[in-house]
Amino acid sequence: MKFIINIILLSCVTLTAMAQQTPAPPQQGAIAIIGATAHLGNGKVIQNSIITFENGKITNVGDGSTVRIDRGQFEEVIDASGKHVYPGFIAPNSQMGLVEINAVNSTSDVRELGSLNPNLRAIVAYNTDSNVPPTTRANGVLLAQIVPQGGRISGQSSVVELDAWNWEDAAYKTDEGIHLNWPRVSRWSWQTRKISKNKDYDKQVQEIEDYMAAAKAYKEKKDRPNTNLKFDAMLGLFDGSKKLYIHTNDVKAMTQAVMVAEEAGVTPVIVGGRNAWVIADFLKSKNVAVLLNKAHELPPNEDSDIDQPFKTAVALHKAGVLFGFNMSDSPMQERNLPFQAGHAVGFGLDKEVAVSALTLNTAKILGIDKTVGSLETGKDATLFISTGDALDYRTNRVEVAFIQGKAIDLDDKQKALYRKYSKKYGHKIKK
Amino acid sequence: MKKQFTALILLLSCLISTSLIAQSTFPKNGVYDVRDGIYAFTNATIYKSYNEKIENATLVVEKGKVKAVGMRIAIPAGAIVVDLKNEFTIYPGLIDMYSTYGVPETKREQGGGGFFSRTQQRISKKEGAYSWNQALKPEFRAHENFTVDGKAAKDYRDNGFGVVMTHQADGLSRGTSTLVTLGESREHEVILIPEVAHMLSFKKGNSPQSYPGSLMGGISLFKQTYSDANWYKNYGSKEETNISLEAWNEVAALPQVFDVRDRLEILRAAKMGEEFGVNYIFKGNGDEYQRLDEIRSVGASFILPLDFPTAFDVEDPYDAMVVSLGDMLHWELAPGNPAMLAKSNISFALTTHGLKKKSDFWKNLRTAIKHGLTEEQALKALTFTPAKMMNAYDQVGSLEAGKLANLIITSGNIFSEKTKIHHNWIRGEAFVVKQLEEPNLDGKYQLQVGGQQYSLVVDNKMKIEVNDSTEIDVKHNYSKGLISLSFSPSKEETRKVRLSGVVEEGQWSGNATQVDGSWTSWSARKLATEEKDEKATPDKKKKGDATAEATGKVLYPFMAYGWSERPSQKTYLIRNATVWTNEADGVLENTDVLITNGKISAVGKSLGAKGAQVIDGTGMHLTCGIIDEHSHIAISRGVNECTQESTAEVSISDVVDSEDIDIYRQLAGGVTTAQLLHGSCNPIGGQSAIIKMRWGYAPEEMKFEGAPGFIKFALGENVKRSSWNNNDRFPNTRMGVEQVYRDYFTRAKEYMELRKDPKTRRDLDLETVAEILKGERNISCHSYVQSEINMLMHVADDLGFKVNTFTHILEGYKVADKMAAHGAAGSSFADWWAYKYEVLHAIPYNGAIMHREGVLTAFNSDDAEMARRLNQEAAKAVKYGDISEEEALKFVTLNPAKILHIDDRVGSIKVGKDADVVLWSDNPLSVYAKAQMTFVDGIKFFDRQEDEVMQDNIQAERNRLIQKMIAHKSGGGKTRGATGKRKHHYHCDDMEDEMVD
Repeated sequence: MKFIINIILLSCVTLTAMAQQTPAPPQQGAIAIIGATAHLGNGKVIQNSIITFENGKITNVGDGSTVRIDRGQFEEVIDASGKHVYPGFIAPNSQMGLVEINAVNSTSDVRELGSLNPNLRAIVAYNTDSNVPPTTRANGVLLAQIVPQGGRISGQSSVVELDAWNWEDAAYKTDEGIHLNWPRVSRWSWQTRKISKNKDYDKQVQEIEDYMAAAKAYKEKKDRPNTNLKFDAMLGLFDGSKKLYIHTNDVKAMTQAVMVAEEAGVTPVIVGGRNAWVIADFLKSKNVAVLLNKAHELPPNEDSDIDQPFKTAVALHKAGVLFGFNMSDSPMQERNLPFQAGHAVGFGLDKEVAVSALTLNTAKILGIDKTVGSLETGKDATLFISTGDALDYRTNRVEVAFIQGKAIDLDDKQKALYRKYSKKYGHKIKK
Repeated sequence: MKKQFTALILLLSCLISTSLIAQSTFPKNGVYDVRDGIYAFTNATIYKSYNEKIENATLVVEKGKVKAVGMRIAIPAGAIVVDLKNEFTIYPGLIDMYSTYGVPETKREQGGGGFFSRTQQRISKKEGAYSWNQALKPEFRAHENFTVDGKAAKDYRDNGFGVVMTHQADGLSRGTSTLVTLGESREHEVILIPEVAHMLSFKKGNSPQSYPGSLMGGISLFKQTYSDANWYKNYGSKEETNISLEAWNEVAALPQVFDVRDRLEILRAAKMGEEFGVNYIFKGNGDEYQRLDEIRSVGASFILPLDFPTAFDVEDPYDAMVVSLGDMLHWELAPGNPAMLAKSNISFALTTHGLKKKSDFWKNLRTAIKHGLTEEQALKALTFTPAKMMNAYDQVGSLEAGKLANLIITSGNIFSEKTKIHHNWIRGEAFVVKQLEEPNLDGKYQLQVGGQQYSLVVDNKMKIEVNDSTEIDVKHNYSKGLISLSFSPSKEETRKVRLSGVVEEGQWSGNATQVDGSWTSWSARKLATEEKDEKATPDKKKKGDATAEATGKVLYPFMAYGWSERPSQKTYLIRNATVWTNEADGVLENTDVLITNGKISAVGKSLGAKGAQVIDGTGMHLTCGIIDEHSHIAISRGVNECTQESTAEVSISDVVDSEDIDIYRQLAGGVTTAQLLHGSCNPIGGQSAIIKMRWGYAPEEMKFEGAPGFIKFALGENVKRSSWNNNDRFPNTRMGVEQVYRDYFTRAKEYMELRKDPKTRRDLDLETVAEILKGERNISCHSYVQSEINMLMHVADDLGFKVNTFTHILEGYKVADKMAAHGAAGSSFADWWAYKYEVLHAIPYNGAIMHREGVLTAFNSDDAEMARRLNQEAAKAVKYGDISEEEALKFVTLNPAKILHIDDRVGSIKVGKDADVVLWSDNPLSVYAKAQMTFVDGIKFFDRQEDEVMQDNIQAERNRLIQKMIAHKSGGGKTRGATGKRKHHYHCDDMEDEMVD
């Protein structure tokens, strides 16, 4: 009964179009979700599951046919029979909150001036009051990695929860990685429609090698006459406290990027990886993970397999490469992240592997898997209930979502406008 | 004999400074020295014309003309006799029909372009009573600007050419070309026909003017100019003086030579010419064979280049990934282009134009011959055909009495690799490329220098054989009977023996200085030649030979996934599928659909049909094909003609690109029909083309037969150029946008009245706007916010027209009631937002609200990628707004069909409608659904299983060509770095200038 009340409450929270969603208060009492098909995120599925959580942490995940719970111990028991529960999806490489309207420069804090900016921190520009995250979490995406762009080294990313009063509050893992935009091997001219070699490529790679070497040398020198903020930011790469994300798509560039990073003692993450299927075994041998471009892009070349973007994930999985999906520079599209994985399922990716890619595997890549990314006891109760299969448009309907046990407001500005104008016309719509 | 040659040579060196033709208008300085210039070439093999060869014949030349040619010709008194001893062949001088020889180039002026911060140049900067458009220069006269260029002329002459047609290759209309000889006397004598042809192209060249900024704009400008010229002839010249239009009419009687960039431009220009009764001669691009049937049906003559593509360096497999199958196949097949055209009885001339070096011409021509061009066809294309084309066959193109004495003397068959061109005579004036009498020094000699004997061998180089394994190179120089040699007498000796002397038959002799500097005499005696067995061919493969065996097939279109044979219509019976009819029947389970003669002929249970190919649809879903109301794929060179606030005259239907891989990719997403819209950078954009996805067909065949006309309108940020730094084109606000419409429609009404008088100039822009007022053309209007949507409907009501479609229409939900009342449809994105300010209030529920409010609602792509999964976009209407799945599918099928007024033909599965259907692996709204088969007109254009086979074939064919290129490279053949093409994926707001060269 409480569940129903809750749902009605949630949809009534905001009725005015422009109001921001109010961040949820901390979890009060223990909550149990029973009867749902639970996709654990680690590849396992439990039909008729029982999931309990308290104080923001999962306390039990079990099979309802063998595990019994004492309903009296729970503030709320949600009967989710016939429904599906997932760990919150994670959107890596996102610019949500850094930009509100792409074409309006004043709303963008994505690109800083200069080429080598490892010291920049995306977290300080993350706008928790952006209208984009509410539309995204309404489809099951509850965490995101906020990434700056531009230059050779864009700066540092942070992982945030998509329900917060301010960036400090949102921060889940701060300054967790440095983003390097690998030089392009080839260039394309719209005028000739031709792809030609980037003549400066070798020089640009050399510059990266030199910069890595200089940063490393800086680390070794204990008594420094001057402080170099940029190199200070790089130090975490060498002790493993920060990840190196290398944004690149070309086969040769990916290969070289891995070698150069290895030379500096760093195992990078490839972001993009359009052609990663060509060198899947190499990436596996180097233990390199890939945050794949969205499946919804065109094949790279005229001759390419027309379905290549849908199949790349399958090839990586076959080779044992750890991978996730990112929405490649498209904040307004973040809400379609689940369907990138779904599309790959249509082309042969195992459905639970696809769920893992959106949850535990991305959490592993971002270094947050100890606390989030799967439905396991002791982890954050960051999860959602969908009416049906959350990877398919037909059935992805997020009914309730929790971030660390907090029941978040699933309303957004767009739903408010929907209600407003439906009311104007006298249309009856589902609550 | 030798003396006679020598005399001739002396004579020739004087000829340059005298003249065969008296120039009466020039004053002389000295005593007259006019000669008759009578020459008799005897004992020659003579090609009188490309197909008439006579042996042992005589040719008499007098005063620069052919006097007589034949077997038993009397040698006139006073003739200088050149006995060619049956060792030489005479050909008519060759003609190059496409040149810029001796005509100055233009320079690019600063002006408008397409890019954001640049200001636009709206009218011509050329001063005087000329065309409004700077790219139209029919008044330009190449002959008035022509000067002889000795160096360039020699380059042509050395390769056998005697005459070229030259012009200034700049602009859409480039004025007239001129036919000139490659002699070096005064221009007065060199120019044969001052104005020989009108030269045209689709390249704007160095015109800094903004219009046209797209290929369709270029085509429209031509159409308007043809129309204007006609008006000027009949009425206009009384109203204004326009030197360009006057010139346009003057040159109309000349041959019209059109320079094209690719095979499709031939079809585009031919169609345009047909409208105005003009036949063009095309300067081709060398890819004509890729659309041979269509090009043959044009019935035009061609000037073909021989600049065959260079192989790619594909040894690195990663680098090779960017090289397309189409480019590699073109490398293999392009040398066969002339032969394929010849086989199709297409008349053509050949040109050296486009070659980096003129000397490549013969090498490439021999390659073309290896690929099937006959020598006779080649000679015809260099003599007869060009002369005929330019109405100059009475002067050049063969060696007949009365024609110009333009001839070349060669050492044999001109197409043979060994043959040398010795003389090139132009108007009876000899230019020596290589002496006739140069002796053949090849052979073995016994060389004696002082007391020392050597064994000297001369073949392609000169060397001394010491023993079987040791050779010493001999440097040598021969010139007019004198020879000099130098060599080191042994491997250890660095100092040289130096010899100089004379060459007489079989015997060389003279004096030498030995290594110590002392003088001695030397001689070399030719040894009797032993009969060598003819295995003297070098081991190393010859350059370029790798292309000789072309085994690739022409693909339609010429790229990966192209067909070698077009798929054909068949009778299909799809059994036991879940059929989404989009009709009153709704979704039918376990139902059969019969396809006959391209139409849906039956829908029902347990259907039977003789001879039908049965497809088991068990577990699958059948829908009609997806229709994309808003697409920009399959468009050549420019989606926007941005340069004016109204460009209603331009049409995408003039620039449909049938060779776009996205057509095939979208078939794989179930798309069968799309409206190719003009972009959104001006309030009144261009006309659209509605196509069916007939992959492999030619542009005209892609078009949806009988579909009504549409035009793109646009409102908001794009038309007011909000992203520009300094817009200087009206309008700059939504207020201005309204006035553009009020102005144009008011003027169009006036125009309709004025046009009742035939003296009124036809204006293709206003004429198109008038079509809207007459209800003959529908509007698809790019729009976002409610204010502007409201505005346009008011303008429409006030001025008496209707807005058929609002496309994008992301705030349609705010004015859905008004749209329904106006009768406007809404064709929207499913869930796009946040990319610019005017989409701030976009919501994914837009489609649902419009639909509920009675607006005919569709979802479109405006994007080559999204179009591949419009079924998924339809699913978003279910997700956001709870539209039923059956209705949601109609958002991308029946509703866009109704919007485009083609629902009598497509948009549902109904007996009698076109068999444009898609068989899906799953519920079509599911993310997991894949189009398994896509049919258009009952032709299966996509089959997922066949696609797998096709992909294997592509890999195999790629590998074959890659191996061939590597072999070509190892054989010493030329290569270039691996590069690829990638098409430009157009969106509404692309506005680069596509017309610069």
